Amino acid sequence: MKVSLKVWRQKNANAAGEFKTYASPELNPNMSFLEMLDVVNEELSNRGEDPIAFDHDCREGICGTCSLVIDGKPHGPHKGVATCQTYMRSFSNGDQIVIEPWRAKAFPIVKDLVCDRKSFDRIQQAGGFISVRTGSAPDANSIPVPKENADLAMDAAQCIGCGACVAACKNASAMLFVSAKVSHLGLMPQGQPERYKRVKAMVDQMDTEGFGACTVTGSCEAVCPKEISLDFIARMNRDYAVALIQGDPKQVVGGGAG
Amino acid sequence: MATLNSQIPAGPLSDKWEKHKFSSKLINPANKRKYKVIVVGAGLAGASASATLAELGYEVHNFVFHDSPRRAHSVAAQGGINAAKNYQNDGDSVHRLFYDTIKGGDYRAREANVHRLAEVSVNIIDQCAAQGVPFAREYGGLLDNRSFGGAQVSRTFYARGQTGQQLLLGAYSALNKMIGAGGVKSYTHSEMLDLVVVDGHAKGIIVRNLQTGEITRHSADAVVLATGGYGNVYNLSTYARGSNVTASWRAYKRGACFGNPCYTQIHPTCIPVSGDYQSKLTLMSESLRNDGRIWVPKRKEDCKKNPADIAEGDRDYYLERMYSAFGNLAPRDVASRAAKYVCDEGRGIGDTGLGVYLDFGDSIRRLGEGKVRERYGNLFSMYHEITNEDAYKTPMRIYPAVHYTMGGLWVDYNLMSNIPGLFVLGEANFSDHGANRLGASALMQGLSDGYFVLPSTITTYLANVKAGGRPATDRGEFKQAEEEVRNFTRRVTSNNGKRTPDSFHKQLGKIMWDYCGMARTETGLQKAIQLIGDLREEFRTNVKVLGEPDGLNQPLEKAGRVADFIELGELMCRDALMREESCGGHFREEYQYTPNDPEVQQGVVNTGDVKRRDDQFAFVAAWEYAGAPDKAPILNKEPLIYEEVKMSTRSYK
Repeated sequence: MKVSLKVWRQKNANAAGEFKTYASPELNPNMSFLEMLDVVNEELSNRGEDPIAFDHDCREGICGTCSLVIDGKPHGPHKGVATCQTYMRSFSNGDQIVIEPWRAKAFPIVKDLVCDRKSFDRIQQAGGFISVRTGSAPDANSIPVPKENADLAMDAAQCIGCGACVAACKNASAMLFVSAKVSHLGLMPQGQPERYKRVKAMVDQMDTEGFGACTVTGSCEAVCPKEISLDFIARMNRDYAVALIQGDPKQVVGGGAG
Repeated sequence: MATLNSQIPAGPLSDKWEKHKFSSKLINPANKRKYKVIVVGAGLAGASASATLAELGYEVHNFVFHDSPRRAHSVAAQGGINAAKNYQNDGDSVHRLFYDTIKGGDYRAREANVHRLAEVSVNIIDQCAAQGVPFAREYGGLLDNRSFGGAQVSRTFYARGQTGQQLLLGAYSALNKMIGAGGVKSYTHSEMLDLVVVDGHAKGIIVRNLQTGEITRHSADAVVLATGGYGNVYNLSTYARGSNVTASWRAYKRGACFGNPCYTQIHPTCIPVSGDYQSKLTLMSESLRNDGRIWVPKRKEDCKKNPADIAEGDRDYYLERMYSAFGNLAPRDVASRAAKYVCDEGRGIGDTGLGVYLDFGDSIRRLGEGKVRERYGNLFSMYHEITNEDAYKTPMRIYPAVHYTMGGLWVDYNLMSNIPGLFVLGEANFSDHGANRLGASALMQGLSDGYFVLPSTITTYLANVKAGGRPATDRGEFKQAEEEVRNFTRRVTSNNGKRTPDSFHKQLGKIMWDYCGMARTETGLQKAIQLIGDLREEFRTNVKVLGEPDGLNQPLEKAGRVADFIELGELMCRDALMREESCGGHFREEYQYTPNDPEVQQGVVNTGDVKRRDDQFAFVAAWEYAGAPDKAPILNKEPLIYEEVKMSTRSYK
């Protein structure tokens, strides 16, 4: 099979970008989408043209590095998979495929199809953790976790941090991502002491980064490669509301005796 | 010759670690903040080490080439993590985990390191559970376990099919906490391109920012490499495409010894290769072997038949037949080699004949499809995405693929290389898995090194370093290292070559797989050394890198990594050639059990099993760079002395 690619090319963050069209060489339907790009790039290089820059790493749907909007859909035509797990058999001979980067203010474009997602890291640095010093943990089985909670926490924890939810959202909202992180920790008994402080810090950082507001259209859930549920957004909103009502904890000043 | 002192503490094996911790010097809290430590990599080992060192008060600078510290390839581990908790009350203990690991490694690992790993394993699970890692649980709320290859107890903790991601997110969250608190400075898109050695000590690194192309110098009181394994030397592997040996290799070229480079793990359960465009092989978790049965047809004529049409009596469940005690849970090296044998006999299945069946039919009949879906659902859907086949209805097709490298930079008991001040953690070092790693032990080692071992042993070095005395980056050593990095960039971007780095990588991978893969011979390895030498020369003159060195340039990144892989490939072949024995993942066809051997006649091993030669090869091969890529490297030997376990013939029958 052969396809034609309409690809976003942009030299760097400050340059203006444009679509360019390339004809693919002969392809095998069992190729992954990224392998198709490898083959196209090899041909471009051999012709002396700058190959298309795209992000990828594990190529098995878990590292969250790959990030293409394919025919208008983040991670391509299939539900519950990432771009790297999309195969050419999903397309037909002669198709034109449009490939774009994630587009969001908080994900500036670096080059071609590569964008910068450090804003996600900064949200997690603001509070996406349980404070436990190495070596201070009690025996693992001293904290039983009801299986239902552990399973639900795991549903949320599956998030691979790819940013497809942001790319799909008309407001470039990061609510699905942040709510998955907040819910994972908030559902575990270990996460209770910092539960409200955490949600507030993470949501505040999310807003600072320039992600948009959520209007619950559900486009994020539809494209999420791990099929993270919209329910987690409701869960986060509830925790956030409680955190606002509680207000910031009273600062304790002064040390102890001695 | 390099000086190798393993620094193994004296005393009984089970007391060594406790005694060593007590006898190691401490650094007072006010002084710790005066020491700066560079950590390269943020997989399980790098992230856990960075977070823990920062908690202790050191100034930590963490570097990753990824766009985020959450993406290292630890993330992809599926099956689980071992720990000697004995929560199942099935006879597990620290000693048994130690013993299984030593035996699994085919008696080529250091006893003291492995015992420490087994001791620390229990703390890891506590630590991760406290961080909120959502391990699988039973209905009573307690932790669930499953069994894994090479063990007869259930000691593996897991989180669905993505244990690696969940443990990494735990370590990443600990790292984030310390980045947020200012204890760790995080550099993303930052690839280490050289190690700076000052007066014989590792004192800094040279880094290229992959987004801007900027090259910078960083000095520190100690440098920690946690940069993973080098399986991508084979091009096709289960590694992430970005995984590379560059950090380790540049350290090797600055004097760090490379230990046992030929010890590679070929994982038995991967999806077979489908075409030459392929960039990546996908692992199907070893945990599948708990409920899946591996077979091929007894007769060659049946290989192209639909598996459903092959009668039960015409199937050869060869692992169950050959290794009745462990059956489908035989260790990885054993299971991979057995798959190779049956395919070599012409009984392989699929279009290429390089495949065997992993069949869940029995389990689905016994447990019901629902239970199988609950245990392995995500793996079955991953298989479906790649092959377009439904493994609930027809058996999976699998074949071995390169998965892990047991070799790595040589380190002593303190995880310090022979360059003082350079520490190496996780898969990047050689220390704990001998010639074969057991399933679910990689995650254990990464976290053990990072959370518990290095934070304690780094003081053995730092306590003798003057606080605040690290060199300035305008010293000659830094300038020279930076200049060498710039020279390489200039050379490959201005070269008037014709071939892309990728095409060299493919060619190298094929040489390595053909001659230094699952079965190796003297003539094959000699041929490979010659082919790789030619390839190195062609790369120098004929590589083509387009685009500018300033800014994101993926072919340039690739060129540096492939250049290092080519040199490493040659070293691996030299190591495999030198090691005239078979052990674990290293199989020399000349050294295998034959029907005439008494061990075969007594039923201890099978014909074709690996034959070690302890009298001559019970040592760690630590290779030292001789100053130029075309000069033969120098072999240093660290003898392996077993105090506790008797080196014996490994039997899984």
